[in-house]
Amino acid sequence: MMYQKGEMVPTRNAYGQALIELGEQTEDVVVFEADISKSTRTDGFARKFPERFFNIGVAEQNEMAIAAGAAMCGKIPFVSTYAVFASMRACEQIRTFVAYPKLNVNICPSHGGVTSANDGATHQATEDLGIIRTIPGMTVLMPADVVTTRMAVHQAAAMDGPVYIRLTRGGVPVLYDESVDFQIGKAISLQEGKDITLIAIGDMVCKALVAAEELAKEGLDTTVLDMHTIKPIDEEAIVKAAVQTGSIVTVEDHQIYGGLGSAVAEVLVEKHPVAMERIGLKNTFAESGEYEELLNKYGMDVPSIVQAAKRVISRKK
Amino acid sequence: MKTEIEALKQKACQIRRELLKMIHTAKSGHPGGALSAADIVTALYWQVMRIRPEEPDWPDRDRFILSKGHACPVLYTALCLKGYFDREHLGRLRRINSILQGHPDMRKTPGIDSTTGSLGNGLSIGIGMALMGKLDKKDYRVYVMLGCGELDEGMIWEAAMCANKYKLDNLCAVVDYNQLQLDGTVDEVMPLEPLSDKWQAFGWNVLRIDGHDIKIILEAFGKAEETKNAPTVIIADTIKGKGVSYMEDICGWHGKAPSDKELMQALQELEEVDL
Repeated sequence: MMYQKGEMVPTRNAYGQALIELGEQTEDVVVFEADISKSTRTDGFARKFPERFFNIGVAEQNEMAIAAGAAMCGKIPFVSTYAVFASMRACEQIRTFVAYPKLNVNICPSHGGVTSANDGATHQATEDLGIIRTIPGMTVLMPADVVTTRMAVHQAAAMDGPVYIRLTRGGVPVLYDESVDFQIGKAISLQEGKDITLIAIGDMVCKALVAAEELAKEGLDTTVLDMHTIKPIDEEAIVKAAVQTGSIVTVEDHQIYGGLGSAVAEVLVEKHPVAMERIGLKNTFAESGEYEELLNKYGMDVPSIVQAAKRVISRKK
Repeated sequence: MKTEIEALKQKACQIRRELLKMIHTAKSGHPGGALSAADIVTALYWQVMRIRPEEPDWPDRDRFILSKGHACPVLYTALCLKGYFDREHLGRLRRINSILQGHPDMRKTPGIDSTTGSLGNGLSIGIGMALMGKLDKKDYRVYVMLGCGELDEGMIWEAAMCANKYKLDNLCAVVDYNQLQLDGTVDEVMPLEPLSDKWQAFGWNVLRIDGHDIKIILEAFGKAEETKNAPTVIIADTIKGKGVSYMEDICGWHGKAPSDKELMQALQELEEVDL
C-alpha cells in the first residue's frame, strides 16, 4: 500500500501492513494479541497466517510472558494491545522476562498518548515512554507517520533485543515518502534554522512543523527534529541543535516527566545546557474529548508550542 | 526397575546434601522449597527429560521452568551433577560475578531454560514454548514447576485457561504442594482447596500424587505424556524441608541458611536415610 503525503492515516495501520510483509518474509514471526485485533490492526495477519496468530484474550501479562517463551524458542514475537496496558499491566513481564533475558520481543502497542481521546484517561497512555525507557536494554520509539512506522517495524524485527514501538489510534499526516532515511536511533532533521529547535516525537512531529511555520511568519527560523527513537536517543543531533540554535522545546503527547522532554534534558544538562521548555501533560491526567480539543486544553496544541518557543528564545543567553 | 528407582533415591539424597551445602556457604537462600522439590527434579533430570547437557541450547530438548525460582539451589545442583557446569560454581551461589544468581537467570547459567523468580510467570512462559513446539511440529515437552503459594498469583489462572484453549498436551505443570508459604500455611494465607477441582474446571488432566515417592512420580510423568489433547497438572503432595528433621514442615526454613552445626546434623541425617 502506498501512502500519499499529507493523507491522514493512523500509524497502527502501517504496523498491520508491516506484520503481513514480515509474515511473508519469515516463518519465525508470530503475533500475540489481547482481544483487540481489529483495533491494533493485527487482524490482517490473523487472517493470512492463522497458525502463527495467538489471541490470548484480555490477559496482557499472560500475553507478554507467552511471547517471552516464544522468543526463548528463537521466534520473533510481536505483542499487541493498547500502550496503557502493555506498559503498565504487563510492565513486570517486559522488565523481568523480556528485557532482563534480552529477548527479541517486539511490543507494538496502539493508542499511545491521548490519541485514544474520547475513551478517557483510563485508556490514554501518558506515562508509558517514561516507564519503558527506564528498563535496561529497551529500544523505545514512536514514529511520526505510517511510512516510518512501517520501516520501524521491519527494523525492529531484524534487530536483536526488545523494542517498544508506540502507535497512534487516530490519523496523523503522512510526512515522508519511501526515500526517507529512517534508522532506529537516528533523529530526522525536517528543517534547519538558527533561532530555535523543536524536538518532537510521534503524533506531535506534525504539530511541531505547523508551529515552525507560525514562527517563520514572525521571522523566527526553526529547526525541527523528528526524535522518533527516545532510547537510545540521538545525542549528537540534540547537541548539534543546541549549539546551532541555543534553545530547545520538546514536544510530546505524554507526561513531561520521563519521556522525550526528560531524555533530551538529560543529554543537554550533561553535554550542552541551553534554555529549554517541555510541551506535554503537566502532572495531570487528561479526560474524554476530541483529540484536538485535548491538545488544546492540556497545552499541547500549536499555539502552546509557539508560545513556549518564544519564551525559550527570550531566555537565550 | 527397582535398582533404577534406588539409584534415583540416592541421587535425590545427594542433591539434598549438595543444595544444603550450597545454601550454607552462600549464607542465604531457600532450603525448604528446594528440599520439597528434590525428588521431582531428580526424576525429571535423570529419567524423564530428553536433554543434552553438552548442548544446553539443543532446539529439540525438553524444557524445564522452575517457576518457583527461589528453589533454584535444587535446580543448580541437578544441572551441575548432570554436567552443565563445573562443580566449583556451586560454592559461588549468590556471590558477585557468579553464574548462579539468587534466582535463575537463563543468560548466566547453562541449562536454565527460562529466567524466573517473580512468581506466577513460569506457566505462561511454558505455554509460549509449548505453543511454538506445536507450531514447529517438534515433539519436545515442557515442564513447569509451580509453588503452592505461587498459585495465589492471578496470572497462573490466566495461563491455566490458555493452555486448555490450545490443548497443550506437550505441557506438564507440577505443583510442589508443600502446604507452606512465607507467612504461614496455605490454609491460613490463601486456601487453595479444592485444588484438583480447580484445575479440572480449567480443563486440565489432573494427577494427585505423593511427591516424594520416586516410583509414583515417574508413573505420573508417564501418564502425563500419554494424555492427549489436554495439558496435565501433577499436584504433588510434598513436605517443605523434606529430609531434614528440624526443617520439615517448618515455615521458618523457607528462606534461611543453616548454621555450621545445623548443616552437620542435616548432612548426617541425609547420610543415614534408609534408602
